[in-house]
Amino acid sequence: MTIQGWTFVFVGLSFALYLGIALATRVRDTEGFYVAGRAVPSIANGMATAADWMSAASFLSMAGLIATLGYAGGMYLMGWTGGYVLLALLIAPYLRKFGHFTVPDFVGDRYESRVARVVAVGCAIFVSFTYVAGQMRGVGIVFSRFLEVDITVGVMIGMAIVFAYATLGGMKGITWTQVAQYWVLITAFLIPTIAISIQLTGHAIPQVGMGSELLGQGMPLLAKLDQIHTDLGFASYTEPFLGQWSRLNVFCVTLALMVGTAGLPHVIVRFYTVRNVKAARWSAFWALAFIALLYLTAPATAAFARYHMIASLDGAARTTLPAWFRSWEKTGLVLWLDDGDGRVAYRGPARTDENEVFRCGALSPAELASVREEHGRWLASAGAQGADGRTRLRALGLSGPDHDILVLAAPEMAALAGWIVALVAAGGLAAALSTASGLLLVISSSVAHDLYYRIVDPRASEAQRLLVGRVVIGLAVVVAGLFGIFPPGFVSQVVAFAFGLAASSFFPAIVLGIFTTRVGTVPATLGMLAGIGFTATYIIGSVYGGMPHWCFGIDPQGIGAVGMLVNFAVTLTLTPLCPRPSARVRDLVESIREPEGAGPAVYIETAPEH
Amino acid sequence: MSDPVSACNGAPDVHDPRVAACIDRYWRRNVRLTAGLLALWALAGLGCGVLFADALNRVRLGGFPLGFWFAQQGSILVFVVLILVYALVLNRLDARHRRELAALRGAAAGGDRG
Repeated sequence: MTIQGWTFVFVGLSFALYLGIALATRVRDTEGFYVAGRAVPSIANGMATAADWMSAASFLSMAGLIATLGYAGGMYLMGWTGGYVLLALLIAPYLRKFGHFTVPDFVGDRYESRVARVVAVGCAIFVSFTYVAGQMRGVGIVFSRFLEVDITVGVMIGMAIVFAYATLGGMKGITWTQVAQYWVLITAFLIPTIAISIQLTGHAIPQVGMGSELLGQGMPLLAKLDQIHTDLGFASYTEPFLGQWSRLNVFCVTLALMVGTAGLPHVIVRFYTVRNVKAARWSAFWALAFIALLYLTAPATAAFARYHMIASLDGAARTTLPAWFRSWEKTGLVLWLDDGDGRVAYRGPARTDENEVFRCGALSPAELASVREEHGRWLASAGAQGADGRTRLRALGLSGPDHDILVLAAPEMAALAGWIVALVAAGGLAAALSTASGLLLVISSSVAHDLYYRIVDPRASEAQRLLVGRVVIGLAVVVAGLFGIFPPGFVSQVVAFAFGLAASSFFPAIVLGIFTTRVGTVPATLGMLAGIGFTATYIIGSVYGGMPHWCFGIDPQGIGAVGMLVNFAVTLTLTPLCPRPSARVRDLVESIREPEGAGPAVYIETAPEH
Repeated sequence: MSDPVSACNGAPDVHDPRVAACIDRYWRRNVRLTAGLLALWALAGLGCGVLFADALNRVRLGGFPLGFWFAQQGSILVFVVLILVYALVLNRLDARHRRELAALRGAAAGGDRG
């Protein structure tokens, strides 16, 4: 059977499974719709959290990013796992005890402020939409490469599936589908890497293989990579703090990602779905354990694929170019513009003039065709006519292949069986869809619960609230799909910045809300505004406004760490000057800290119809 | 709308000084444990993985330079263990706290009868 045949089988089977779960988990009340009836076992919730967390970016792009960055790729690995420690120790058990439906609920009740609640709702929606857009793009990439259907059709199929299980089953449907998606994606990630590890190093455990000798080369894989990198003009693979990634920058980006992870609403909300505080702690453990399975494997995938990519590309002639290059060349994610000698030269920044491997980036097919045509004339006329396409692409910053192909192409690079390649496609879709559905639920609960029910119409009946929740999630699926079909150029950057914004707004407000009883409405609200204002200004100014990185040269991705400090500083400085919170808030905090007894009473429980 | 605190079924009476002292003790133990684990978190991730990575890279662990290993493998393993320890220790601390509160409640009930 061909790769495409296998892909249809795996994708078809996994989609049928998700739809089956959707039918089995229909819900009839808002408790089921927003928090799965608070009856999800901790291991299952851990798996669902892991699937929720590991997005198309984790699955498709992260290993590629690590392969490109080498040591500095550790920022993403540590950032996206270290955040769970903060989440487990500082936030999850307390918010479970608090026991409402959403993060804005906590911010609004703890600080007794409608403004704080609305600010929190705005942040939640903004963060979720930027994230969802990236997922839908991932769905599009997988469909266009493996099933060779149009990206639009692919996104529409993905939307239909998410629409079915999210509107029918709400959080309950999403949770159980995510459990299934976790297994699909982790199997799809582990099998190829294990196979490549055995092929290259003879070890079945990739984490061991990565630190072992290459078969037949007599030297460790990482040492070989360092050597190749130096020879071809790339920065060393294992040495830290080279070029842009200084010690301060790596530190700030890692910290911003860690703190941002702990402040992301779609992750926090998962801890509302378990039975009690104890289950919330176990659930955080299981979540990180399941996430670590992928995150410990990704650096191995990165190192193996990096080695394969350079070894099979550099020096290849038109006739000896590997098959994976041919199939990915069609998508424009990897390109070869020869200098006339008929051999591929893949070179790093130090020898960038000689590099002949590029990607199309945001260029349209027409622009790319014109670059190729001009380059062809330039070659044919020995430089007299046309233009050197390499100079042009280099100037656009498009040297080297796109990060996204690395994971998808890795099994092909290692010439693994067709069914393994197809499995990876199904895994990529599972990763994208599971994250998208979790985010869509946050958007739905933010609009239908926080805005409509808590602010616009507090007398809405249970049936009305459920209907609004379903309508909003349906609309959100459509908007997310449109983002996938017409991807805004800023998506990939914005996703990284979402962490900075979460770090500088939610995290300090939530942690101070739990660990102090003294911090009141005014300091917390001003702190959030100062943190997010500082962070957003720096990011927007330096990315779009050409502002220099004036804050100690810190990269915009890491500025959230400083924004968080600004938030803490503003809040704590103003606190002694402002009145204490009311007795009601102090009792609320006391009851969150106390593991005994039921959660604090909420307006919801006393509302009519509940 | 009812008073949020009195609506909490089964919650301990926080206005009893002995109960308050018990809750306070539990909270201080919790904060100490949390702070200790967070110190290890910072040491493994931000310390060994970032701040001292270049120094640690001079040491080799099999085929890995140690700083690189911490950044891409070691810190993640430490994070998983930290949450495991937290869940184990704090769930036991909760159980102990529950027993202490039950003992206080039992003593109070005995006092009422006598």
